[in-house]
Amino acid sequence: MNKNWWKILSAVLLVYTIVAGLLGPVPALPLLEETIRNLYFHVCMWFAMMILFTVSVVYSIQYLRTLDLRFDIYARHFAVTAIVMGLLGYATGAIWASYTWADPNKPLVNSFSTIARDPKLIGAAIALLVYFAYLILRDAILDIDKRARISAVYNIFAYAILFPAIWILPRILPSLHPGNDGNPALDVKNDISSSMRLVFYPAIIGWTLLGVWITTLKIRLQLLADKKLIA
Amino acid sequence: MNRLSKLLYKEFLLETRQQYSFYGLLLYIGTTLFVLFMAIDQPDAAIWNGLFWVNLLFICINAVAKSFLQESRGRMLYFYTLTSATDFLLAKLLFNALLMLLMSSISLFLFTLLLGNPMQKAVPFIGLVLLGGISLSLVFSFLAAIAAKAQQNAAIMAILGFPVIIPQLVLLMRLSSTTFSPLLSIPWTSAALLVALDALIVLMSVILFPFLWKD
Repeated sequence: MNKNWWKILSAVLLVYTIVAGLLGPVPALPLLEETIRNLYFHVCMWFAMMILFTVSVVYSIQYLRTLDLRFDIYARHFAVTAIVMGLLGYATGAIWASYTWADPNKPLVNSFSTIARDPKLIGAAIALLVYFAYLILRDAILDIDKRARISAVYNIFAYAILFPAIWILPRILPSLHPGNDGNPALDVKNDISSSMRLVFYPAIIGWTLLGVWITTLKIRLQLLADKKLIA
Repeated sequence: MNRLSKLLYKEFLLETRQQYSFYGLLLYIGTTLFVLFMAIDQPDAAIWNGLFWVNLLFICINAVAKSFLQESRGRMLYFYTLTSATDFLLAKLLFNALLMLLMSSISLFLFTLLLGNPMQKAVPFIGLVLLGGISLSLVFSFLAAIAAKAQQNAAIMAILGFPVIIPQLVLLMRLSSTTFSPLLSIPWTSAALLVALDALIVLMSVILFPFLWKD
Protein backbone atom coordinates (compact mmCIF):
# COMPACT_ATOMS: atom_id res chain seq x y z
CA MET A 1 0.00 0.00 0.00
CA ASN A 2 2.81 2.39 0.91
CA LYS A 3 4.44 1.92 -2.44
CA ASN A 4 1.25 2.30 -4.42
CA TRP A 5 0.26 5.82 -3.43
CA TRP A 6 1.43 7.24 -6.75
CA LYS A 7 -0.74 4.83 -8.72
CA ILE A 8 -3.80 6.01 -6.78
CA LEU A 9 -2.64 9.59 -7.30
CA SER A 10 -2.34 8.97 -11.04
CA ALA A 11 -5.86 7.53 -11.25
CA VAL A 12 -7.34 10.35 -9.16
CA LEU A 13 -5.56 13.03 -11.18
CA LEU A 14 -6.69 11.50 -14.48
CA VAL A 15 -10.31 11.26 -13.33
CA TYR A 16 -10.02 14.90 -12.25
CA THR A 17 -8.45 15.81 -15.60
CA ILE A 18 -11.22 14.21 -17.60
CA VAL A 19 -14.09 15.52 -15.47
CA ALA A 20 -12.76 19.02 -14.89
CA GLY A 21 -11.23 19.13 -18.34
CA LEU A 22 -14.49 18.43 -20.11
CA LEU A 23 -16.79 20.36 -17.76
CA GLY A 24 -14.63 23.16 -16.34
CA PRO A 25 -14.66 26.76 -17.52
CA VAL A 26 -12.49 27.68 -20.51
CA PRO A 27 -12.03 31.07 -22.17
CA ALA A 28 -14.01 31.37 -25.40
CA LEU A 29 -11.31 32.19 -27.93
CA PRO A 30 -12.00 32.70 -31.63
CA LEU A 31 -11.23 29.66 -33.77
CA LEU A 32 -10.12 27.57 -30.78
CA GLU A 33 -13.53 27.57 -29.05
CA GLU A 34 -14.07 24.34 -27.14
CA THR A 35 -11.16 22.53 -28.81
CA ILE A 36 -8.93 24.23 -26.27
CA ARG A 37 -9.87 21.41 -23.90
CA ASN A 38 -7.57 19.21 -25.96
CA LEU A 39 -4.74 21.04 -24.17
CA TYR A 40 -5.22 18.70 -21.21
CA PHE A 41 -4.62 15.70 -23.44
CA HIS A 42 -2.49 16.70 -26.41
CA VAL A 43 0.17 18.78 -24.65
CA CYS A 44 0.37 16.36 -21.72
CA MET A 45 1.21 13.51 -24.11
CA TRP A 46 4.28 15.41 -25.32
CA PHE A 47 5.31 16.28 -21.79
CA ALA A 48 4.98 12.63 -20.80
CA MET A 49 6.94 11.56 -23.90
CA MET A 50 9.83 13.93 -23.19
CA ILE A 51 9.95 12.93 -19.53
CA LEU A 52 9.89 9.21 -20.33
CA PHE A 53 12.60 9.55 -23.02
CA THR A 54 14.71 11.38 -20.45
CA VAL A 55 14.15 8.61 -17.93
CA SER A 56 15.19 6.09 -20.58
CA VAL A 57 18.44 7.97 -21.20
CA VAL A 58 19.14 8.19 -17.48
CA TYR A 59 18.81 4.41 -17.23
CA SER A 60 21.10 4.01 -20.25
CA ILE A 61 23.74 6.11 -18.50
CA GLN A 62 23.15 4.04 -15.38
CA TYR A 63 23.68 0.88 -17.43
CA LEU A 64 27.01 2.08 -18.80
CA ARG A 65 28.13 2.94 -15.26
CA THR A 66 27.17 -0.37 -13.68
CA LEU A 67 26.76 -2.83 -16.60
CA ASP A 68 23.71 -4.20 -14.79
CA LEU A 69 21.33 -5.68 -17.37
CA ARG A 70 18.32 -4.60 -15.34
CA PHE A 71 18.95 -0.97 -16.29
CA ASP A 72 19.01 -1.93 -19.96
CA ILE A 73 15.54 -3.43 -19.62
CA TYR A 74 14.36 -0.26 -17.86
CA ALA A 75 15.78 1.94 -20.62
CA ARG A 76 14.14 -0.07 -23.36
CA HIS A 77 10.69 -0.17 -21.81
CA PHE A 78 10.66 3.52 -20.93
CA ALA A 79 11.57 4.27 -24.55
CA VAL A 80 8.71 2.09 -25.82
CA THR A 81 6.14 3.74 -23.55
CA ALA A 82 7.44 7.15 -24.60
CA ILE A 83 6.94 6.18 -28.25
CA VAL A 84 3.33 5.20 -27.48
CA MET A 85 2.82 8.56 -25.75
CA GLY A 86 4.29 10.30 -28.79
CA LEU A 87 1.94 8.47 -31.16
CA LEU A 88 -1.00 9.43 -28.96
CA GLY A 89 0.29 13.01 -29.02
CA TYR A 90 0.19 12.89 -32.81
CA ALA A 91 -3.33 11.45 -32.78
CA THR A 92 -4.67 14.13 -30.43
CA GLY A 93 -2.75 16.79 -32.33
CA ALA A 94 -4.21 15.64 -35.64
CA ILE A 95 -7.74 15.94 -34.26
CA TRP A 96 -6.97 19.40 -32.95
CA ALA A 97 -5.33 20.55 -36.17
CA SER A 98 -8.24 19.30 -38.26
CA TYR A 99 -10.48 21.82 -36.45
CA THR A 100 -8.07 24.72 -36.27
CA TRP A 101 -5.35 24.57 -38.94
CA ALA A 102 -6.94 22.68 -41.81
CA ASP A 103 -8.35 24.66 -44.71
CA PRO A 104 -12.16 24.26 -44.37
CA ASN A 105 -12.66 24.76 -48.11
CA LYS A 106 -10.63 21.74 -49.11
CA PRO A 107 -10.82 18.06 -48.18
CA LEU A 108 -8.96 17.34 -44.96
CA VAL A 109 -6.30 15.21 -46.68
CA ASN A 110 -5.14 18.12 -48.82
CA SER A 111 -4.10 20.14 -45.79
CA PHE A 112 -1.87 17.35 -44.51
CA SER A 113 1.34 18.25 -46.32
CA THR A 114 1.13 21.88 -45.22
CA ILE A 115 0.45 20.99 -41.61
CA ALA A 116 3.15 18.31 -41.51
CA ARG A 117 5.75 20.93 -42.42
CA ASP A 118 5.39 22.62 -39.04
CA PRO A 119 8.75 22.57 -37.20
CA LYS A 120 7.24 21.17 -34.01
CA LEU A 121 5.75 18.27 -35.90
CA ILE A 122 9.08 17.68 -37.60
CA GLY A 123 10.86 17.75 -34.26
CA ALA A 124 8.46 15.23 -32.77
CA ALA A 125 8.74 13.04 -35.86
CA ILE A 126 12.53 13.05 -35.58
CA ALA A 127 12.36 12.05 -31.92
CA LEU A 128 10.09 9.13 -32.77
CA LEU A 129 12.27 8.08 -35.72
CA VAL A 130 15.35 8.06 -33.51
CA TYR A 131 13.67 5.77 -31.02
CA PHE A 132 12.31 3.50 -33.74
CA ALA A 133 15.91 3.26 -34.97
CA TYR A 134 16.95 2.50 -31.39
CA LEU A 135 14.55 -0.46 -31.30
CA ILE A 136 15.76 -1.69 -34.71
CA LEU A 137 19.37 -1.44 -33.58
CA ARG A 138 18.56 -3.45 -30.47
CA ASP A 139 16.93 -6.22 -32.45
CA ALA A 140 19.82 -6.31 -34.91
CA ILE A 141 22.31 -7.39 -32.25
CA LEU A 142 22.03 -10.90 -30.89
CA ASP A 143 24.57 -10.88 -28.06
CA ILE A 144 22.77 -9.60 -24.96
CA ASP A 145 25.59 -7.66 -23.32
CA LYS A 146 26.71 -6.15 -26.58
CA ARG A 147 23.14 -5.20 -27.42
CA ALA A 148 22.73 -3.47 -24.09
CA ARG A 149 26.00 -1.56 -24.40
CA ILE A 150 25.69 -0.44 -28.01
CA SER A 151 22.07 0.58 -27.72
CA ALA A 152 22.82 2.51 -24.53
CA VAL A 153 25.57 4.37 -26.39
CA TYR A 154 23.22 5.19 -29.26
CA ASN A 155 20.47 6.25 -26.87
CA ILE A 156 22.73 8.73 -25.12
CA PHE A 157 24.35 10.01 -28.32
CA ALA A 158 21.06 10.55 -30.13
CA TYR A 159 19.37 12.15 -27.14
CA ALA A 160 22.26 14.52 -26.49
CA ILE A 161 22.27 15.78 -30.07
CA LEU A 162 18.60 15.61 -30.85
CA PHE A 163 16.94 17.24 -27.92
CA PRO A 164 18.91 20.50 -27.94
CA ALA A 165 18.18 20.69 -31.65
CA ILE A 166 14.47 20.03 -31.11
CA TRP A 167 14.28 22.75 -28.52
CA ILE A 168 16.22 25.25 -30.64
CA LEU A 169 14.83 24.61 -34.15
CA PRO A 170 11.23 25.74 -33.49
CA ARG A 171 12.57 29.08 -32.27
CA ILE A 172 14.29 29.64 -35.61
CA LEU A 173 11.73 28.35 -38.10
CA PRO A 174 8.34 29.94 -38.73
CA SER A 175 5.37 28.07 -37.27
CA LEU A 176 1.63 28.14 -36.70
CA HIS A 177 1.95 26.20 -33.48
CA PRO A 178 1.28 28.11 -30.24
CA GLY A 179 4.21 29.31 -28.19
CA ASN A 180 6.31 30.68 -31.02
CA ASP A 181 8.23 33.26 -29.08
CA GLY A 182 10.03 31.84 -26.11
CA ASN A 183 8.99 28.44 -24.92
CA PRO A 184 8.49 26.04 -27.84
CA ALA A 185 5.73 24.02 -26.19
CA LEU A 186 3.62 26.84 -24.88
CA ASP A 187 3.93 29.88 -22.71
CA VAL A 188 2.08 28.73 -19.62
CA LYS A 189 1.95 32.16 -18.01
CA ASN A 190 0.33 34.00 -20.91
CA ASP A 191 -1.25 31.46 -23.20
CA ILE A 192 -3.71 29.84 -20.83
CA SER A 193 -5.98 31.24 -18.17
CA SER A 194 -5.45 30.51 -14.49
CA SER A 195 -8.51 28.27 -14.30
CA MET A 196 -7.06 26.12 -17.06
CA ARG A 197 -3.72 25.90 -15.34
CA LEU A 198 -5.52 24.30 -12.36
CA VAL A 199 -6.36 21.37 -14.62
CA PHE A 200 -3.30 21.48 -16.86
CA TYR A 201 -0.59 20.92 -14.25
CA PRO A 202 -2.32 17.97 -12.55
CA ALA A 203 -3.01 16.53 -16.01
CA ILE A 204 0.72 16.50 -16.88
CA ILE A 205 1.55 14.73 -13.63
CA GLY A 206 -1.34 12.29 -14.06
CA TRP A 207 -0.46 11.26 -17.62
CA THR A 208 3.24 10.95 -16.81
CA LEU A 209 2.51 8.76 -13.80
CA LEU A 210 0.24 6.62 -15.96
CA GLY A 211 3.12 6.18 -18.39
CA VAL A 212 5.44 5.18 -15.56
CA TRP A 213 2.82 2.76 -14.23
CA ILE A 214 2.43 1.03 -17.59
CA THR A 215 6.20 0.83 -17.92
CA THR A 216 6.75 -0.68 -14.48
CA LEU A 217 4.24 -3.41 -15.29
CA LYS A 218 6.07 -4.22 -18.52
CA ILE A 219 9.43 -4.13 -16.76
CA ARG A 220 8.19 -6.57 -14.12
CA LEU A 221 7.03 -8.95 -16.82
CA GLN A 222 10.35 -8.71 -18.62
CA LEU A 223 12.33 -9.21 -15.42
CA LEU A 224 10.34 -12.37 -14.74
CA ALA A 225 10.95 -13.60 -18.28
CA ASP A 226 14.68 -12.91 -18.04
CA LYS A 227 15.04 -14.18 -14.49
CA LYS A 228 17.81 -16.58 -15.43
CA LEU A 229 19.87 -13.93 -17.20
CA ILE A 230 19.83 -11.34 -14.46
CA ALA A 231 20.69 -13.56 -11.50
CA MET B 1 49.52 14.25 -29.95
CA ASN B 2 52.27 12.15 -31.42
CA ARG B 3 50.07 9.08 -31.38
CA LEU B 4 47.27 11.04 -33.00
CA SER B 5 49.48 12.14 -35.89
CA LYS B 6 50.78 8.59 -36.32
CA LEU B 7 47.23 7.25 -36.48
CA LEU B 8 46.26 9.96 -38.92
CA TYR B 9 49.28 9.09 -41.03
CA LYS B 10 48.18 5.45 -40.99
CA GLU B 11 44.74 6.46 -42.32
CA PHE B 12 46.33 8.39 -45.18
CA LEU B 13 48.67 5.54 -45.91
CA LEU B 14 45.78 3.06 -46.06
CA GLU B 15 43.87 5.39 -48.34
CA THR B 16 46.77 5.70 -50.76
CA ARG B 17 47.48 1.97 -50.68
CA GLN B 18 43.85 1.03 -51.29
CA GLN B 19 42.94 3.64 -53.84
CA TYR B 20 39.92 1.78 -55.13
CA SER B 21 37.71 3.24 -52.38
CA PHE B 22 38.82 6.80 -53.08
CA TYR B 23 38.30 6.53 -56.81
CA GLY B 24 35.09 4.62 -56.18
CA LEU B 25 33.83 7.59 -54.21
CA LEU B 26 34.80 10.01 -56.96
CA LEU B 27 32.99 7.83 -59.47
CA TYR B 28 29.97 7.72 -57.17
CA ILE B 29 29.81 11.51 -57.12
CA GLY B 30 30.32 11.69 -60.86
CA THR B 31 27.67 9.16 -61.79
CA THR B 32 25.07 10.49 -59.33
CA LEU B 33 25.52 13.96 -60.72
CA PHE B 34 25.33 12.68 -64.26
CA VAL B 35 22.02 10.98 -63.46
CA LEU B 36 20.73 14.22 -61.95
CA PHE B 37 22.01 16.10 -65.01
CA MET B 38 20.04 13.76 -67.26
CA ALA B 39 16.94 13.86 -65.07
CA ILE B 40 16.56 17.63 -64.77
CA ASP B 41 18.12 20.55 -66.53
CA GLN B 42 18.72 23.84 -64.78
CA PRO B 43 16.67 23.39 -61.57
CA ASP B 44 15.66 26.55 -59.75
CA ALA B 45 17.51 27.55 -56.61
CA ALA B 46 15.26 25.80 -54.06
CA ILE B 47 15.45 22.45 -55.87
CA TRP B 48 19.19 22.87 -56.49
CA ASN B 49 19.64 23.42 -52.77
CA GLY B 50 17.61 20.36 -51.78
CA LEU B 51 19.35 18.12 -54.32
CA PHE B 52 22.77 19.35 -53.29
CA TRP B 53 22.37 18.58 -49.60
CA VAL B 54 20.66 15.23 -50.09
CA ASN B 55 23.44 14.30 -52.49
CA LEU B 56 26.06 15.34 -49.95
CA LEU B 57 24.29 13.23 -47.33
CA PHE B 58 24.57 10.09 -49.45
CA ILE B 59 28.16 10.83 -50.40
CA CYS B 60 28.94 11.17 -46.71
CA ILE B 61 27.42 7.79 -45.85
CA ASN B 62 29.47 6.13 -48.55
CA ALA B 63 32.67 7.96 -47.66
CA VAL B 64 32.48 7.42 -43.93
CA ALA B 65 30.92 3.96 -43.73
CA LYS B 66 34.13 2.08 -44.44
CA SER B 67 36.19 3.91 -41.83
CA PHE B 68 35.19 1.59 -39.02
CA LEU B 69 33.77 -1.27 -41.03
CA GLN B 70 37.17 -1.93 -42.62
CA GLU B 71 38.80 -2.59 -39.24
CA SER B 72 38.63 -6.29 -38.54
CA ARG B 73 38.20 -7.65 -35.04
CA GLY B 74 41.84 -8.63 -34.82
CA ARG B 75 43.03 -5.25 -35.97
CA MET B 76 40.83 -3.50 -33.41
CA LEU B 77 42.40 -5.65 -30.72
CA TYR B 78 45.83 -4.64 -31.99
CA PHE B 79 44.94 -0.95 -31.82
CA TYR B 80 43.54 -1.53 -28.36
CA THR B 81 46.97 -2.59 -27.16
CA LEU B 82 48.67 0.35 -28.90
CA THR B 83 46.61 3.48 -28.37
CA SER B 84 43.86 5.04 -26.31
CA ALA B 85 40.26 5.21 -27.43
CA THR B 86 40.34 9.00 -27.66
CA ASP B 87 43.34 9.11 -29.98
CA PHE B 88 41.92 6.40 -32.19
CA LEU B 89 38.55 8.11 -32.46
CA LEU B 90 39.98 11.59 -33.01
CA ALA B 91 42.21 10.31 -35.79
CA LYS B 92 39.18 8.77 -37.50
CA LEU B 93 37.06 11.90 -37.03
CA LEU B 94 39.82 14.14 -38.35
CA PHE B 95 40.51 11.96 -41.35
CA ASN B 96 36.83 11.65 -42.24
CA ALA B 97 36.37 15.41 -41.87
CA LEU B 98 39.27 16.02 -44.27
CA LEU B 99 37.90 13.44 -46.69
CA MET B 100 34.46 15.06 -46.61
CA LEU B 101 35.98 18.53 -47.11
CA LEU B 102 37.50 17.26 -50.33
CA MET B 103 34.39 15.39 -51.43
CA SER B 104 32.03 18.29 -50.73
CA SER B 105 34.24 20.67 -52.68
CA ILE B 106 34.30 18.28 -55.61
CA SER B 107 30.54 17.81 -55.57
CA LEU B 108 30.01 21.57 -55.31
CA PHE B 109 32.24 22.08 -58.33
CA LEU B 110 30.38 19.44 -60.35
CA PHE B 111 26.99 20.78 -59.27
CA THR B 112 27.79 24.29 -60.47
CA LEU B 113 29.26 22.86 -63.65
CA LEU B 114 26.34 20.60 -64.58
CA LEU B 115 23.26 22.01 -62.86
CA GLY B 116 23.94 25.74 -63.00
CA ASN B 117 25.03 28.20 -60.38
CA PRO B 118 22.33 29.78 -58.20
CA MET B 119 24.85 31.31 -55.77
CA GLN B 120 24.59 35.03 -55.25
CA LYS B 121 27.08 35.10 -52.41
CA ALA B 122 29.64 32.49 -53.33
CA VAL B 123 32.10 32.73 -50.44
CA PRO B 124 29.58 32.23 -47.58
CA PHE B 125 28.01 29.35 -49.48
CA ILE B 126 31.35 27.62 -49.99
CA GLY B 127 32.05 28.12 -46.29
CA LEU B 128 28.69 26.55 -45.47
CA VAL B 129 29.35 23.58 -47.72
CA LEU B 130 32.66 22.93 -45.98
CA LEU B 131 31.05 23.33 -42.55
CA GLY B 132 28.20 21.06 -43.62
CA GLY B 133 30.64 18.45 -44.89
CA ILE B 134 32.42 18.43 -41.54
CA SER B 135 29.13 18.22 -39.60
CA LEU B 136 27.91 15.29 -41.66
CA SER B 137 31.22 13.46 -41.39
CA LEU B 138 31.36 13.85 -37.59
CA VAL B 139 27.88 12.44 -37.00
CA PHE B 140 28.26 9.58 -39.44
CA SER B 141 31.75 8.64 -38.22
CA PHE B 142 30.39 7.87 -34.79
CA LEU B 143 27.39 6.05 -36.23
CA ALA B 144 29.76 4.04 -38.41
CA ALA B 145 31.50 2.98 -35.22
CA ILE B 146 28.16 1.86 -33.78
CA ALA B 147 27.21 0.05 -37.00
CA ALA B 148 30.59 -1.69 -37.13
CA LYS B 149 30.27 -2.85 -33.54
CA ALA B 150 26.76 -4.13 -34.23
CA GLN B 151 28.24 -6.03 -37.18
CA GLN B 152 25.79 -4.36 -39.52
CA ASN B 153 26.19 -2.81 -42.93
CA ALA B 154 25.87 0.79 -44.05
CA ALA B 155 22.08 0.49 -44.20
CA ILE B 156 21.74 0.63 -40.43
CA MET B 157 23.96 3.72 -40.45
CA ALA B 158 21.37 5.45 -42.58
CA ILE B 159 18.52 4.39 -40.28
CA LEU B 160 20.40 5.56 -37.20
CA GLY B 161 21.80 8.68 -38.76
CA PHE B 162 19.07 10.30 -40.80
CA PRO B 163 16.84 11.32 -37.89
CA VAL B 164 19.83 12.62 -35.96
CA ILE B 165 21.14 14.69 -38.86
CA ILE B 166 17.79 16.26 -39.91
CA PRO B 167 18.03 19.29 -37.56
CA GLN B 168 21.49 20.11 -38.88
CA LEU B 169 20.41 19.62 -42.49
CA VAL B 170 17.41 21.90 -41.96
CA LEU B 171 19.70 24.57 -40.54
CA LEU B 172 22.19 24.14 -43.40
CA MET B 173 19.49 24.33 -46.07
CA ARG B 174 17.98 27.42 -44.52
CA LEU B 175 21.34 29.09 -44.23
CA SER B 176 22.32 28.23 -47.78
CA SER B 177 19.02 29.43 -49.23
CA THR B 178 19.84 32.89 -47.87
CA THR B 179 23.03 32.91 -49.91
CA PHE B 180 21.00 32.41 -53.10
CA SER B 181 19.28 35.74 -52.75
CA PRO B 182 21.12 39.06 -52.77
CA LEU B 183 18.55 40.61 -50.45
CA LEU B 184 18.47 38.18 -47.53
CA SER B 185 21.09 38.56 -44.85
CA ILE B 186 22.83 35.48 -43.51
CA PRO B 187 21.74 34.56 -39.96
CA TRP B 188 25.12 34.14 -38.32
CA THR B 189 23.62 32.86 -35.07
CA SER B 190 22.44 29.75 -36.95
CA ALA B 191 25.96 29.22 -38.28
CA ALA B 192 27.30 29.55 -34.74
CA LEU B 193 24.68 27.04 -33.64
CA LEU B 194 25.95 24.56 -36.22
CA VAL B 195 29.50 24.95 -34.94
CA ALA B 196 28.24 24.44 -31.39
CA LEU B 197 26.39 21.27 -32.43
CA ASP B 198 29.60 19.99 -34.06
CA ALA B 199 31.49 20.61 -30.84
CA LEU B 200 28.77 18.74 -28.95
CA ILE B 201 29.03 15.79 -31.33
CA VAL B 202 32.80 15.55 -30.90
CA LEU B 203 32.41 15.77 -27.14
CA MET B 204 29.73 13.06 -27.02
CA SER B 205 31.77 10.81 -29.32
CA VAL B 206 34.86 11.14 -27.14
CA ILE B 207 32.84 10.38 -24.01
CA LEU B 208 30.95 7.41 -25.46
CA PHE B 209 33.52 5.75 -27.72
CA PRO B 210 35.41 3.96 -24.91
CA PHE B 211 32.22 1.96 -24.23
CA LEU B 212 32.06 0.80 -27.85
CA TRP B 213 35.78 0.16 -28.05
CA LYS B 214 35.93 -2.39 -25.26
CA ASP B 215 34.57 -5.70 -26.44
